Amino acid sequence: MSVITLSIDGQPVAVPAGSSLLQAVRAAGIRLPTLCHLDGLSPVGACRLCLVQVEGVSRLLPACASEASEGLQVQTDTPELREYRRMAVELFFAEGNHECAYCVANGDCELQDVAVTVGMDHSRFPYRWPNRSVDASHPLFSLDHNRCILCTRCVRVCDEIEAAHVWDVAERGAHCRIIAGLDQPWGEVDACTHCGKCVDVCPTGALFHKADGTAEKHPDRERAQHLRRARDQHEWQHR
Amino acid sequence: MSFLDLDEFLFDLAEQVEIVFSPVASDIKTYPEGVDLCLVEGAVANADNLELALQVRRRTAVVVSFGDCAVTANVPGLRNLITPGGRDSAMAALQRSYLELADSQAQIPVAPGVVPELLPRVLPLHEVIPVDVYLPGCPPSAARIRACLEPMLRGERPRLEGPEMLRFG
Ligand code: SF4
Ligand code: SF4
Ligand code: FES
Repeated sequence: MSVITLSIDGQPVAVPAGSSLLQAVRAAGIRLPTLCHLDGLSPVGACRLCLVQVEGVSRLLPACASEASEGLQVQTDTPELREYRRMAVELFFAEGNHECAYCVANGDCELQDVAVTVGMDHSRFPYRWPNRSVDASHPLFSLDHNRCILCTRCVRVCDEIEAAHVWDVAERGAHCRIIAGLDQPWGEVDACTHCGKCVDVCPTGALFHKADGTAEKHPDRERAQHLRRARDQHEWQHR
Repeated sequence: MSFLDLDEFLFDLAEQVEIVFSPVASDIKTYPEGVDLCLVEGAVANADNLELALQVRRRTAVVVSFGDCAVTANVPGLRNLITPGGRDSAMAALQRSYLELADSQAQIPVAPGVVPELLPRVLPLHEVIPVDVYLPGCPPSAARIRACLEPMLRGERPRLEGPEMLRFG
């Protein structure tokens, strides 16, 4: 296995070739806020929270979706990055409808965790208050589009781990949203196996068990990672 | 109510401050001049809210946006969802509640000067006046309120950091 060395915030790190910048940052013991990234799923670089500065590169790079390469000089915590990160979180809140006080995920919400990390006490952007719907057609779960931040974790876990591919992303810009099947009510999509993996990995209160009330959602965000590892290491095979 | 949870700290507070205006703790109807600190709760939903907010800003040194409703519009802001972007949600809300859902005698209440007119959309406080300190929480816990007030009693601005001070809800 070949190893590459690079510098993260001035600190030298060695990681296996093919590692992402995020893996290198973590190897350096630095925690970057992330939302769309989830260990066990492929990276997409959708949320832009893990942005880093690389010397000689004029634009900021999402660490989760960029490959580490030999000799890179990476900065993870400059005033500019901090400002952009906070702005990104404020935009998430301004963009959807996040009334945390009566949200199923209140107390166990990654979006709120990230807001705390970046020190967000209010949004400087005016709220959009879009008119969004709730899909309660599934017998076990519901999807509240008001809370969805389009991280696509549900899309990826359903496709890459469960292999049912119930979810997709439809439309663009302000109309962009998660759809089940061919834009059907979730409960009518035969491909859904009712496994609940999408609910477990959703970072917000967008996907939840029907029985969950305010602050009752307790997701299992490591589920994808555990299943991926078990599969890769053939933990289920008879010996 | 969360403020009352401050328990015995209220005695310390009472020794150091004079409450000059409050919907519950004083009987004064006009917001006075030269106020040092004001905790403003609630979203800005009607013409009276807006007028008072502007007055508070003109007459107060430090304005605190107190609680999720003031900071995000929160539950009062839900009426904005009826119309895209909250544009003219007032009319839509009145129509829905007083006309469409009426059992009998459907009519929209109009009483100029008595019932304050709803603003087209419900806004967080900082969208109508500049705010100095934000104290999120629904409600902010007593511990959080105290941690915010104590530095201000010493004339310092509080630094609100971490989940204990910043989480919404
Ligand atoms: S999903 Fe998170 S940020 Fe959004 S309303 Fe719920 S608790 Fe708040
Ligand atoms: S439903 Fe949840 S997991 Fe899926 S895209 Fe929205 S926030 Fe992400
Ligand atoms: S975690 Fe890297 S862009 Fe979302």
